[in-house]
Amino acid sequence: MPDLLAARAQMGVSLGFHIVFAVIGIAMPLLMVVAEVRWLRSGDTVYLELARRWAKGTAVLFAVGAVSGTVLSFELGLLWPGFMELAGPIIGIPFSLEGFAFFVEAIFLGVYLYGWTRIPARAHVAAGVLVAVSGALSGVFVVIVNAWMNAPTGFILDAGRIVAVDPLAAMANDAAFTQTLHMTLAAYSTTGLAVAGIHAWALRRDPMNAFHLKALKVALFVGAPAAILQPLAGDLAARHVARAQPAKFAAMEALFVTRRGAPLTLGGWPDVEARETRYAIEVPRALSLLTFHDADAEIAALDRVPREDWPNVPAVHLSFQVMVALGGYMALVSVWALAVLGRRRELAGRPRLLLALALATPMGFVATEAGWMVTELGRQPWVIQGVLRTADAVTPMPGLVVPFAAFTLLYAFLGVVVLVILRRLTRHTPVVLDEGR
Amino acid sequence: MSAADTLAGIVVLALNAYVLLGGADFGGGVWDLLARGPRAARQRELVAHAIGPVWEANHVWLILAIVLLFTCFPAAFARISIALHVPLAVMLVGVVVRGSAFTFRSSGVGDAAFERRWGRAFAGASLLTPVLLGVTLGAIASGRVREPGAGSRTFLADYVSPWLTPFGVAVGLLTLACFAYLAAVYLVLEAEDQDLREDFRHRAMRSGIAVLAAAVLALGLAGTGAPRLVDGLVRSPWAIPHVAITAFTATAAFAGLWRRRYGLARVAAAAEVSLLVWGWARAQYPYIVPPDLTVAGAAAPPITLRLVLIGLGGGAVVLIPALYYLFRVFKMPGDR
Ligand code: HDD
Ligand code: HEM
Ligand code: HEM
Repeated sequence: MPDLLAARAQMGVSLGFHIVFAVIGIAMPLLMVVAEVRWLRSGDTVYLELARRWAKGTAVLFAVGAVSGTVLSFELGLLWPGFMELAGPIIGIPFSLEGFAFFVEAIFLGVYLYGWTRIPARAHVAAGVLVAVSGALSGVFVVIVNAWMNAPTGFILDAGRIVAVDPLAAMANDAAFTQTLHMTLAAYSTTGLAVAGIHAWALRRDPMNAFHLKALKVALFVGAPAAILQPLAGDLAARHVARAQPAKFAAMEALFVTRRGAPLTLGGWPDVEARETRYAIEVPRALSLLTFHDADAEIAALDRVPREDWPNVPAVHLSFQVMVALGGYMALVSVWALAVLGRRRELAGRPRLLLALALATPMGFVATEAGWMVTELGRQPWVIQGVLRTADAVTPMPGLVVPFAAFTLLYAFLGVVVLVILRRLTRHTPVVLDEGR
Repeated sequence: MSAADTLAGIVVLALNAYVLLGGADFGGGVWDLLARGPRAARQRELVAHAIGPVWEANHVWLILAIVLLFTCFPAAFARISIALHVPLAVMLVGVVVRGSAFTFRSSGVGDAAFERRWGRAFAGASLLTPVLLGVTLGAIASGRVREPGAGSRTFLADYVSPWLTPFGVAVGLLTLACFAYLAAVYLVLEAEDQDLREDFRHRAMRSGIAVLAAAVLALGLAGTGAPRLVDGLVRSPWAIPHVAITAFTATAAFAGLWRRRYGLARVAAAAEVSLLVWGWARAQYPYIVPPDLTVAGAAAPPITLRLVLIGLGGGAVVLIPALYYLFRVFKMPGDR
């Protein structure tokens, strides 16, 4: 395995592992707090039980998220010293802010976990809110760094050396808003629907158990609105990419030939040699319409980009299609569930809706991974778009396949252990009969 | 004092905090591994109880040091990351295994065998990680972390010889000894019954001697292993007072343990280890990565440094009261 490829693969594995815990770490505290507030309002101890169980699971995941994040901050240097040397002074500040956000999160998670009976209820809820807010901020700060890699600003280079820096302008880069919005919604929709799906599945087998019904409602409260907004946020992101990173956009859409009135390509397999996309469904002029709100607008395609600067077109296109398809499904199921809830109908008696929700359980995670593949693979061969090539950023150390293999095995193993633990934590669910019926 | 000097000082301060707080967690793992005798199970319990609530918060100090390094001293970060890839990567494996193992063990889902297995992983990683952290710091101090050589060099010359030296290993052992020592001294105070307290009192004294032995060994090897460091230690006008105060705190810590004045022992031991950290930093100054990268030379543009300082100030205003509150909550009577 060539060193550059090994480094990229190690980065991808480490981030792909971390993001799972990050997504959960961002959203679970919100679920906890919502359940706790319901308990305080209604006095219904089922909600208290939920909040406590969720807090316990969150603590395990938080720890794994924290160590994998620690690894990442070293890996940025171990694998990409050339990138960090250039980017550190320009965009290092959000990383420091993420450190603070994490610290606040860890402190108040400690208060939350140990404070159930020690501090007043209001203070306890406030601690939960702080955990939720600082978790979300952690994500926002790192994604700002990534947005800067896609839309670099705030510095002047002369022959590869920095001559002027404006870190605040770098943080306020063009991609920052769309990416952080999309990522934050991704965290809430992924986790919310995953939890909803698990309890929906349980409700199908045990429809009288109010424990699952209440959990499902809290999870939908967090997940469903986010899932409905997500395609809109994705559309904003896509329109930004079309302007700032035409090569990535063309790869997402598998568009080889620049034209006016470009079609939207659904599915299909891009044949890079032949420069055409096979077996796809094309919606005439839809891409121009979606992207520039003008059915005749011109879309720059891969023929405008030098061949050696193309990203991996099939991988980017496929990932994008997967994300959009799953996002569409998640949004539709969410609309359905909210419609049922809005008309005050019982969720428990609707096996088809419950099945549809259960099917969505893993989808957010898959969509999130796919979305990051789009972002990261689509940016290649650049690590900083138009400024620094990935090949020029990698460490000169040979033999990178060894750390890649080691960390991959380690993460695979930890992933399995975490799953086992979570299964055991959820094995015994209380049976709470619904008094209402 | 320039902004760069201040920030370099804060990096050392973060490392110092990591050594005092995170280090004690590692040391706890060492005592978990070495738990012996009729009270072994209770010794392990005490360690787990003492680490439990705060370990994640403690880890942040290492992150802070790293983040400050790459934001404010990018050239130093790049140089260290390239030359010390191997020990850093192994250290990271230790960090991951240790953190996960501890949480898995205390997640309360497993049977005794499950807890024992993860307990061993936790303890083993607690042993490995500090040694590599020390090896890394020793390598930096030794002045062998240079610009990668021209093409003809070998993997061993470029990526192993900077750190695998007698001096480096000695600093690794010193780090491990310090962590174990700190943990034992803290645990004496945490222990609630007399027998456990005596167990850890003996361990604290023994590991205190180990610290002194390792420090003497490292200093002895520094003559050839890190000549510049010795120069820096000896040449400065602060050399004699620094050594004198360190010796004084070490004596005070022993006296505290001997006379069972544990509060005194804790403060003195923490001061002793901190003085070792600052002695290294002082000897190395003005170099951040000797022999050629100075603090000023590796520094990021002034605007970045200024913003980071502002951010740190703002952060401290939020974090210090929050931490205070956390410790208050732990001390309150409650369900656990
Ligand atoms: C729950 C997860 C999820 C779902 C349902 C979607 N996305 Fe997404 N998407 C992400 C999770 C995600 C992500 C993992 O969070 C990414 C990676 C980088 C980022 O900022 O967000 C992302 C990136 C990303 C990008 C690339 C941004 C860039 O490279 O700068 C585009 C264009 C879209 N998304 C568009 C969409 C559209 C049109 C969707 C329609 C349904 C959609 N996403 C659903
Ligand atoms: C957690 C979600 C993320 C995932 C799953 C992810 C995935 C990946 C993948 C697959 C690669 C390899 C790409 C390739 O080389 O073809 C990569 C590279 C990289 N990523 Fe990300 N990424 C994520 C977030 C981020 C963030 C937030 C940052 C910045 C702070 C970042 C910085 C980098 C860097 C520096 C590289 C190496 C250079 C490069 O390949 O461009 N990533 N990531
Ligand atoms: C290159 C990319 C990344 C780096 C270097 C990184 C670094 C870190 C670090 C160091 C931690 C531990 C906190 C600490 O000790 O200070 C952490 C935790 C965390 N990270 Fe990342 N991270 C990256 C990508 C991401 C992404 C893409 C997200 C989400 C959008 C994210 C969200 C979080 C969250 C929420 C936590 C808190 C831990 C938890 O709740 O599990 N990180 N990260």
